[in-house]
Amino acid sequence: MSTNTPYTTIIGLEVHVQLMTRTKLFCGCSTKFGGAPNTQVCPTCLGLPGSLPVMNRQAFDLALRAALALECTIAPFTKWDRKNYFYPDLPKGYQISQFDLPFSSDGFLEVVDPKGAFEPRRVGIVRVHLEEDAGKSMHDDAAGTGDTRIDLNRAGTPLCEIVTQPDLRSPQEARAWLNELKLLLVYLGVSDCNMQEGSLRVDANVNLHIPVPATAGAEARIAKTPIVEIKNMNSFRSVERALTYEAARQWEEWQATKAEMGKTPKQTRGWDDPAGITRAQRHKEESSDYRYFPEPDLVPVTVTAERIQSIRGGMGEPPVSLRKTLASQWQISAYDADVLVNQGRELVDYFEDLATRVGEGKVASNWMQQDVLRILNETNGTVSAFPVRPAGLADLIGRVKKGDFDTSRAREIFAEMVTSGRPVDDVVAGMGISAVSDDDVIALCRELLAANPKIVADVKSGKEQAAAGLIGQAKKKNANVNPGKVRAICLDLIREMG
Amino acid sequence: MSTSPQTLTTKDVAKVGLLARLALSEADLERMAGELSKIVGFVSMLGELDTADVAPLAHPLDTQNVFRDDVPAASLSTAEALQSAPRHDGECFLVPAVLGESSAA
Ligand SMILES: [Zn+2]
Repeated sequence: MSTNTPYTTIIGLEVHVQLMTRTKLFCGCSTKFGGAPNTQVCPTCLGLPGSLPVMNRQAFDLALRAALALECTIAPFTKWDRKNYFYPDLPKGYQISQFDLPFSSDGFLEVVDPKGAFEPRRVGIVRVHLEEDAGKSMHDDAAGTGDTRIDLNRAGTPLCEIVTQPDLRSPQEARAWLNELKLLLVYLGVSDCNMQEGSLRVDANVNLHIPVPATAGAEARIAKTPIVEIKNMNSFRSVERALTYEAARQWEEWQATKAEMGKTPKQTRGWDDPAGITRAQRHKEESSDYRYFPEPDLVPVTVTAERIQSIRGGMGEPPVSLRKTLASQWQISAYDADVLVNQGRELVDYFEDLATRVGEGKVASNWMQQDVLRILNETNGTVSAFPVRPAGLADLIGRVKKGDFDTSRAREIFAEMVTSGRPVDDVVAGMGISAVSDDDVIALCRELLAANPKIVADVKSGKEQAAAGLIGQAKKKNANVNPGKVRAICLDLIREMG
Repeated sequence: MSTSPQTLTTKDVAKVGLLARLALSEADLERMAGELSKIVGFVSMLGELDTADVAPLAHPLDTQNVFRDDVPAASLSTAEALQSAPRHDGECFLVPAVLGESSAA
């Protein structure tokens, strides 16, 4: 634990991710984001009488992939249940979800901070199950109509629900773990995890464990504050802020009330991002009574070992093992591998292509981090749209290795390649840079030595650093010379003079 | 296993009524407490059977693994989708104001 608070913060997360299917879970309506309201609806997802759901195979397979990636045990037999409640965005009056026989349970996902901000944490997964989303309610107070508008385009969208054990111990850890989960699901093509478009939502359960010292009448013990569920967090940063706020709030409340878990019902609080606080939400006392019962309109699903094998086979390498692969295959540090992998599959592909062409991982990794990534961040660009492809960058790096230009010159060339989208030779010609031949460098050095007898004398008497004065002059005469080369040749020539 | 016939109180019925969003009068509650008790009592006869060796049945059909391919099908037009709605604005269904963004859970 990295905190020095007088309590331990206990955090569990409940994450919903939208699966990357073309159609909804039980009907052929599109799941595409951003359509005009109620244009992606049909009798099934509107819950009209007589309509029947049929399970989307791709949704099931993607959910299975997520569960396998999270090291869950896959149930050989699974079924769906109706979760009954009334809300205008839920047209059937029930959500098709999974209750007592979810298709997977008991997994884990580890999060490691490469900078060691917290200890590696293995977070248990209670269950992963497959369910449908509700629609969207919109209430416009400004319009003053007093009506809520309902768009059912989202209704029936396939969601994977991922519930963790209360294994996280700080808001920072929770945020880092969510980043790792998102990275994993995006790598495996399970979900795009886009929070702005509602493809990933997080609720957090949090309470405090507070050591209470022994008193005359009682032994020392751990007091647990009532669990609070936080909702309405719309970024991982919000999750971290909300948890930080909530832990502090519970500590204050504990000091004032000494209220413990179990004596009050679980409270739900909403995160108010602009205000930076959580607020108690109205408690609907009947809301916990969902009267689950088996969904009669869907038959159960059995999963064979062969099916699991085939899903596993097509999964691709998850980030956790890709980091290790990159580090060992390309001889780069664990930290560098982490930086590259955390940027996503496309950047890793770019790196591997580059490293293969350059024939060296470390140099490729340095260029990726110091140049490619920096420019991508500055321009908010994507790897796929990056104007310099691995072949072009490998070309440039090759020229640097050959000694055609020094690294700082190469950086200028690279910047120009990015802006213009033109290859090295074009850019070099356009910038008036030309690789200086060795003969030219030698001629230039001779000229400089003749003009600077004092420096020559100094070097001869053992002050090699005096040669630095020659490099400045060389640059003035020809901006394209490689300073290292000038220095080496000058020293050689002086030595030859005897 | 034996189960004695259960009797539902008017309080039980009121709770079920609330969950089902039914406004039940006192007279309704009295009448339904009696009727529902009879139904529950009838069903509880099943409890007299020895089911120790019977596997739980998740679905009455002897079918499993029914899937469809992830292929888009035609949706309804917005006008068709909204045509039976008590109130709409041509784009969305209109309902009395509800609090909160979504029920999604
Ligand atoms: Zn539909």
